[in-house]
Amino acid sequence: MPIHETWNPERAAELIAEHVHEPGPLLPILHAVQETFGHVPADAVPLIAEALNLSRAEVHGVVTFYHDFRSEPAGRRVLKLCRSEACQSMGAEALAKQAEARLATRLGSTTPDGRVTLEPIYCLGLCACAPAAMLDGELIGRLDAGRLDTLLAEAQS
Amino acid sequence: MIRVHVPCDAGALAVGADKVAAVITREAQARGIELTIVRTGSRGLYWLEPMVEVATAEGRIAYGPVAADDVAGLFDAGFLDGGGHRLRLGRPERIPFLAMQTRLTFARCGVVDPRSLDDYRAHGGWRGLETAISLDPATVVEAVTASGLRGRGGAGFPTGIKWKTVADAKGLQKYIVCNADEGDSGTFADRMIMEGDPFVMIEGMVIAGLAVGATKGYIYTRSEYPHAVATMRAAIEITRRAGLLGEDVAGSGRSFDLEVRVGAGAYVCGEETALLESLEGKRGIVRAKPPLPAHKGLFDAPTVINNALSVAAIPFILAEGPKAYADFGMGRSRGTMPIQIAGNVRYGGLFETAFGVTLGTLVDDIGGGTATGRPVKAVQVGGPLGAYFPRQLFDTPFDYEAFAAKDGLIGHGGLVVFDDTVDMAKQARFAFEFCALESCGKCTPCRIGSTRGVEILDRVLLGGGTDADRALVADLCHTMKFGSLCALGGFTPYPVMSALTHFPEDFGLVPHLQAAE
Repeated sequence: MPIHETWNPERAAELIAEHVHEPGPLLPILHAVQETFGHVPADAVPLIAEALNLSRAEVHGVVTFYHDFRSEPAGRRVLKLCRSEACQSMGAEALAKQAEARLATRLGSTTPDGRVTLEPIYCLGLCACAPAAMLDGELIGRLDAGRLDTLLAEAQS
Repeated sequence: MIRVHVPCDAGALAVGADKVAAVITREAQARGIELTIVRTGSRGLYWLEPMVEVATAEGRIAYGPVAADDVAGLFDAGFLDGGGHRLRLGRPERIPFLAMQTRLTFARCGVVDPRSLDDYRAHGGWRGLETAISLDPATVVEAVTASGLRGRGGAGFPTGIKWKTVADAKGLQKYIVCNADEGDSGTFADRMIMEGDPFVMIEGMVIAGLAVGATKGYIYTRSEYPHAVATMRAAIEITRRAGLLGEDVAGSGRSFDLEVRVGAGAYVCGEETALLESLEGKRGIVRAKPPLPAHKGLFDAPTVINNALSVAAIPFILAEGPKAYADFGMGRSRGTMPIQIAGNVRYGGLFETAFGVTLGTLVDDIGGGTATGRPVKAVQVGGPLGAYFPRQLFDTPFDYEAFAAKDGLIGHGGLVVFDDTVDMAKQARFAFEFCALESCGKCTPCRIGSTRGVEILDRVLLGGGTDADRALVADLCHTMKFGSLCALGGFTPYPVMSALTHFPEDFGLVPHLQAAE
């Protein structure tokens, strides 16, 4: 389970400083901020904008364009289920429904107790061992209903 | 010392390779046996993963698929000496799936330790670069042109022509960008090569840099590929320390350096101009062409953008000569293609072969039909923007032009097999949905057309289609195909129209319409 730091503008400034001199530094900075704080807090946007001589709108535009960047913290565990064609061909849709039912939440949202964020993902490159999933950083291939139940129990614990 | 090879490829990790490696180590300690575990990439025989190989006097002997619970039994059976066991597969290179391949690009993948420069060199690495350094840059470009290599991302543009355009372009700074943003479902070759043989990517990039006069390269890959990113970055660091990257590449007096950049989950960034925008730190919005990236690419400088599989093919071409590569293939599709067989298939994995093999051979003979044992209904070739092929088109040879002639594309070489339970109207709807989700929003046919497509197909899925719906979808696809700025909107019609043309009954329609064109 990933441990994130609480928001701290000095820490954010350090992260920005690490990358600001690279060409095209915005994505590396956003990745670093999200890795550290678990999301890209709204307070980070003006700091980054000022350091890169961009408008806040430009930074906001980038944060919201890319599926990876979160403006709000995720649940304690993040379960991503692949919804792409290769996984569909092996029953991914049924697994997604199973996960939604068990967690009583929809793909793309977090359980009310904040324990699990359930997200769709479009291809983990595990298409020859489909269906695939990722729990935090851990990859799971050849997923079936039984293994998904175990995974969901682990995510909820 | 006994060497046991266990893959650290993400596909093997996803089915328990780390646990198997840990249990082998523990079991060996308990039995007082000394051994070294070598973590390799994958051979790409995914139904056999985790596939463990032991180095014996008569060569490597493979066992698989190995579960953690099998390990004690393997020790009891004497697997360290190649002993008999129900999981014993024999010499891996004799497994038919591997024996039938022509591995030029993937020759080392699954064989070598991806973080060992010595291993890479011992298996023929850096010979392409040595040749390139000994030649005049223009001769290197000519060799790539002569090899017939075409863009392995799917567009199929001749790589040598692209290089020549950048070599001839004026600019103080030029760039090599490797497109390893492999977002297509059913494809995993970029991931495999980055995890299994990262030095071949580096070697290909350096050769490109020296040939066109670029001093800086970027490999842009996906955040969904953390293992590939880690391996690639480690390999770059190792190469830099060995003096093969940096101010003075291999004593040539010429400079080239390389960096991995990670995307953030936007499929459209696999489109080359959106990728450049993303590298520059912007939203992944597609650029209108011209200007071509070769003239005005990254930071407005002349830029070569090559697919990861094109880059990985380069060292072989320089080391063995362009003819050795061009001798394989058919028509204007020269060399080999690392084809990825995936989805509902019995033997899924990476199958590198010369162009020309038929789709039917790939699916039925090599892939062994479906994993579920049910009849194959359709195969999507070339990712989410590729057409669905029915069995009656299985005689189509794997070749850029042959697939185009059947209203399809080979794309990045991924095949996704579906059995007869698939509803093709749902698949067509998904194609529109995916396009809507991933559209960068710059052009109207893609941004609006995809959403309108979802709406029409929702109606069809609820109540069955009418001929008016069919005409509307065909018209919409025509607009998207010819009016979109890039392949996302422009190719979404391939899966939609192929589903509608070949499987009209799934839309509640009777067959009669030809594909939109």
